[in-house]
Amino acid sequence: MSVLYDVPGPRSRRLSLVLSLVAGALIVAGLVALVLFLAAPRENAGGVEQPGMLDPSRWVILNDRAFWRAVARGLTATLQMAAAGAVLALAFGVLLSLARTARSPFVRVPAIVVVEFFRGMPVLLLMLFILLVFSSGAYWAGVWALALYNGAVIGEALRSGIASLPRGQRESGLAIGLTPLQVRFAIEYPQAFRQMLPIILAQLVVLLKDTSLAYIIGYPELLNIVLRQGPTTFGSQFFFTFFFVVWAVYLGVNLLLSWLARFVARRTSAAHGSARRARRTARVLAQLGGAGVEGARGPDERGSSGH
Amino acid sequence: MDAIIENLPRFVDGFLMTVRLLVVSGTGALAIGTLVAAMRISPIPALRGFATVYTEVLRNTPLTLVLFFCAFVLPYLGIRLDFVAFALIGLTLYTSPFVAEAIRSGVNGVAVGQAEAARALGFGFAQTVGIVVLPQAIRMVIPPLINVLIALTKNTSVAAGFSVLELVAVSRQVIQLNGNATIAILVAVAVFYLVVTVPLGQLALRLEKRVAVQR
Repeated sequence: MSVLYDVPGPRSRRLSLVLSLVAGALIVAGLVALVLFLAAPRENAGGVEQPGMLDPSRWVILNDRAFWRAVARGLTATLQMAAAGAVLALAFGVLLSLARTARSPFVRVPAIVVVEFFRGMPVLLLMLFILLVFSSGAYWAGVWALALYNGAVIGEALRSGIASLPRGQRESGLAIGLTPLQVRFAIEYPQAFRQMLPIILAQLVVLLKDTSLAYIIGYPELLNIVLRQGPTTFGSQFFFTFFFVVWAVYLGVNLLLSWLARFVARRTSAAHGSARRARRTARVLAQLGGAGVEGARGPDERGSSGH
Repeated sequence: MDAIIENLPRFVDGFLMTVRLLVVSGTGALAIGTLVAAMRISPIPALRGFATVYTEVLRNTPLTLVLFFCAFVLPYLGIRLDFVAFALIGLTLYTSPFVAEAIRSGVNGVAVGQAEAARALGFGFAQTVGIVVLPQAIRMVIPPLINVLIALTKNTSVAAGFSVLELVAVSRQVIQLNGNATIAILVAVAVFYLVVTVPLGQLALRLEKRVAVQR
């Protein structure tokens, strides 16, 4: 976005430096105030003074192996639900996109209704529904709710991926004698998957984050084990520390997945961009008779806002 | 069916609470999100860095954890408010980075030539952004922003887990009293959500088409 402002000269560089320092100082001041607030000793209900949140006595729990075993157990439960939900969501997504692109309206229209219904539902409500109506237990309620909601979103992504393919892909597949279903699976899905991979991965990050909703219906996952059961097992003076650990674990796992999604997005878009640029360069070269022209970069990086 | 008609006032109360969560935290998130987006594209590195960290951290934290922080950790640290206020704070914080990202991608979506032409005419940063880029970006930003609001509508349901009596919490209460009508009650709640999300979705779709035609 550097096109919005000039390459700064000496005066604006100085101004920018001053503003940057002022803003930096404000941010640092805010952080210092936060640290002081956390470190301040507090009184409990009985008026007894207790050490502040940053006091070492509140963090010794980090040396306890039993605590880390509890964290590992919670993380395993969270990842297990996420993995089961992701597999089912991908299968459901493929099925829905298949139904939504069917030729018969008797298949297509119900699929549209199903997609719109599940996309418009809060995941928590779906979990509650499955838990109470099918009495499936918290684990399967969570898995199925995540699978249905994210499957509907992934199905839509796959459908638009198929719709964006050139018609010739399908036509040439049919021309060499493949059945329509074979064309779907052998030609269209592999390309649609590759094209939509960043969106699908971003949706899987959403799925992983949403496993924490299962805490509300009582499934013992990371948040539940460490933050709900932790204070009674290890002592409530560590409550703030527990929150910090859970937050750090979620951030670590999600940032890793987000980074992977972005990495894949950059690789696929680079491949597309270079092909387009190669074609354009070839055309320009043909017109100019050999002079090299560097193409301008188009603004084709747009974030997806599904969450 | 009787269970729904009997308890209709409770459902309406729950629905109004959901709408209140949506409107208040939606407004707050729009304000904070716009500010963060402005920081993110500003020429001042410290603000850019702060906005980037803010966006990345909040986007990768589960909403349940944000609301848990507001409802249980803040009181533990000595901040006393009622649960509705905590839920409003949590939903506002959680939604603001998504608003910021929608706005930023809209600004990035304006053709580079527009900003270049403005720069060539000698416009400064404020003029380029204020007169040329933003008026075009706003049009492109509205559909994704509506999608953020739809997601927020659904996210308000998480407040049910933190002592806020909105639709899902009300339905849980009613189900405990009328166990034989579970399906009907949950379907009724689903309809309440669809009453908000479907019109919003249609609006986003229509605006998207109109913007597409004009470009």
